[in-house]
Amino acid sequence: MKYLLSHNSRSVGDRLIRRASADRRWSRFSLYLGLTIVGFISLAAILAPWIAPYGEREIDLLSTFQPPSFKHILGTDDMGRDVFSRVLYGVRLDLQVVLVITYAPLLIGMFLGAIAGYFGGWIDTVINRAIDTVMAIPFLVLVIVVVAIIGPGLEGVFIGVMGVGWALYARLARADMLVIREEQYILAAKGLGYSTWRILFKHAVPNLLRSSLVFSVADIVLNMVLLAGVSYLGLGVQPPTAELGVIIADGQPFLLYAWWITTLPGLVFVFLGIGFSLIGDGLADMLGEEFKLTV
Amino acid sequence: MAENRVLMNIEGLSKRYSLRRSLLDALCRVPATQLVAVDNVSLSIERGTVLGIVGESGSGKTTLARCLIRLIEPDTGVISFSNKRIDIATAYELRQIRKDIQMVFQDPYTSLNPRMTIGDALTEAGKVHDTIGLSPENEYVSELLKLVGLAPSFASRRPRQLSGGQRQRAAIARALAVRPTMLIADEAVSALDVSIQGQILNLLRDLREELKLTIIFIAHQLSVISHVADEVAVMYLGQIVEHGATKDIFSNPKHPYTRALMAAHPHPDPRNRIIPEMKGEIPSPLALPRGCRFVNRCPHAAAVCSESAPDLQTFSNGHRVACHF
Repeated sequence: MKYLLSHNSRSVGDRLIRRASADRRWSRFSLYLGLTIVGFISLAAILAPWIAPYGEREIDLLSTFQPPSFKHILGTDDMGRDVFSRVLYGVRLDLQVVLVITYAPLLIGMFLGAIAGYFGGWIDTVINRAIDTVMAIPFLVLVIVVVAIIGPGLEGVFIGVMGVGWALYARLARADMLVIREEQYILAAKGLGYSTWRILFKHAVPNLLRSSLVFSVADIVLNMVLLAGVSYLGLGVQPPTAELGVIIADGQPFLLYAWWITTLPGLVFVFLGIGFSLIGDGLADMLGEEFKLTV
Repeated sequence: MAENRVLMNIEGLSKRYSLRRSLLDALCRVPATQLVAVDNVSLSIERGTVLGIVGESGSGKTTLARCLIRLIEPDTGVISFSNKRIDIATAYELRQIRKDIQMVFQDPYTSLNPRMTIGDALTEAGKVHDTIGLSPENEYVSELLKLVGLAPSFASRRPRQLSGGQRQRAAIARALAVRPTMLIADEAVSALDVSIQGQILNLLRDLREELKLTIIFIAHQLSVISHVADEVAVMYLGQIVEHGATKDIFSNPKHPYTRALMAAHPHPDPRNRIIPEMKGEIPSPLALPRGCRFVNRCPHAAAVCSESAPDLQTFSNGHRVACHF
């Protein structure tokens, strides 16, 4: 009986420990795998002008609809443009735009959310109502309206996303700030005679970063889909500029006899999305762990 | 002369919280229920002395301490600090005054910013108030750390790498970084192990000698107070019920609440234990008893106690007691 009990409890404990360390290993693995995928694709995109075998808009009407070969790794499209080169340039543009439309709203949103949460009162009411209003606007409709006003192009995407994207970050930051402003180290900073802005930006905001950063990685994926989607619809980036959504749309009419024009860039897109998602997951777990350690 | 020795003077300090009313009550103009946290407290603290404040949880000690540097805005009362009025200071003046009065908080686990190294926290305090002067940062930091008995290598650590006692030392170092004249230790040792408590108490006592600090020391244990304080004020439900020199209070406690607190202190020999005279729990500050606030727990309660509240009467040698007997 005694033996059974001790044996049993040990195995339960062991299993818990094993599961915990397996979880940790998995989250580290997913972070590194994500970083590898994203790092590899981004590196190729950054180096596009040097490593792309052909130009972004280099038309070669003598070799249209070439299937993938050593000469054209991902084949060529209806105008004989090298799909691989176009994908490199496309990802380059996509990443640039996506970083801007993710992190500019993050900064704006975190600033507004931090102020709202810290000061409370009428400032909070005003910012909160603004958040509610903005969150009620369906994004795609807003972009279409902007595009209808100023004409198709990247400007519409920028204005649309900047106008709406900050709201979620503001809400996140505000929620965290409501907790943080009650922390004793904020009280201690007040007691030390620090100015309000110093307390707000040097002591409170760095502690807000975690959740916003984790969310931003997921947001990157959403914004990527959004940018490609809008461009696919012909509202964003305009052909002949290479952009993943544009490339995919270009190849669509020929899907049945030149599948590579749409499918292969699509796969690159999927990999990039998976890469960012893995980073997001891993980051959330690992930062969560650090958080547990600090409490 | 006598005027000059008083560093801080508090007169009639009160803080009440109004509880939220329901919409209906507000429309019917039912007055909001008032929670009395600190009620008409008057105290004066002489330069270079240690004042201990004791009381049960909920007696308003922390609120009182935070009101003193307006981390909580008091409702009424005059607080003067070496001829400056804290209660009417502007935001700018207040920041200057806060430099002179520093606070050490109860929980060393949350009073340090988890994202800052100890060294950064100390240099920041020094830079904001320019107490760092021309001395190099690392010298300034290690000098402060030495003062509180930590090795200079702690400068690069973050709070989570420190034990509770070490954190409290770091918090004290941060308070000292701005060269205050007064330290308010709000239950600074309550969250620590008994052995660490002793160390921190000794540290505070040494610092007081070395830096000529005036200290307000808040605790809920009389035994802790007796080691460090020159004077003791006993609080009950937001009021001071007894105040006097430490030796007077300990040798001759006059208020039944003080006596009960002393009896509650565990005695090494259980046979010599004094049986506590107090019964029940501290009443809700929302529904204060009529008359003396201690009446429903007091072993000597008489008719007069539930009719009128006793005033603080001053005895010889400055011993003040709020009791009819």
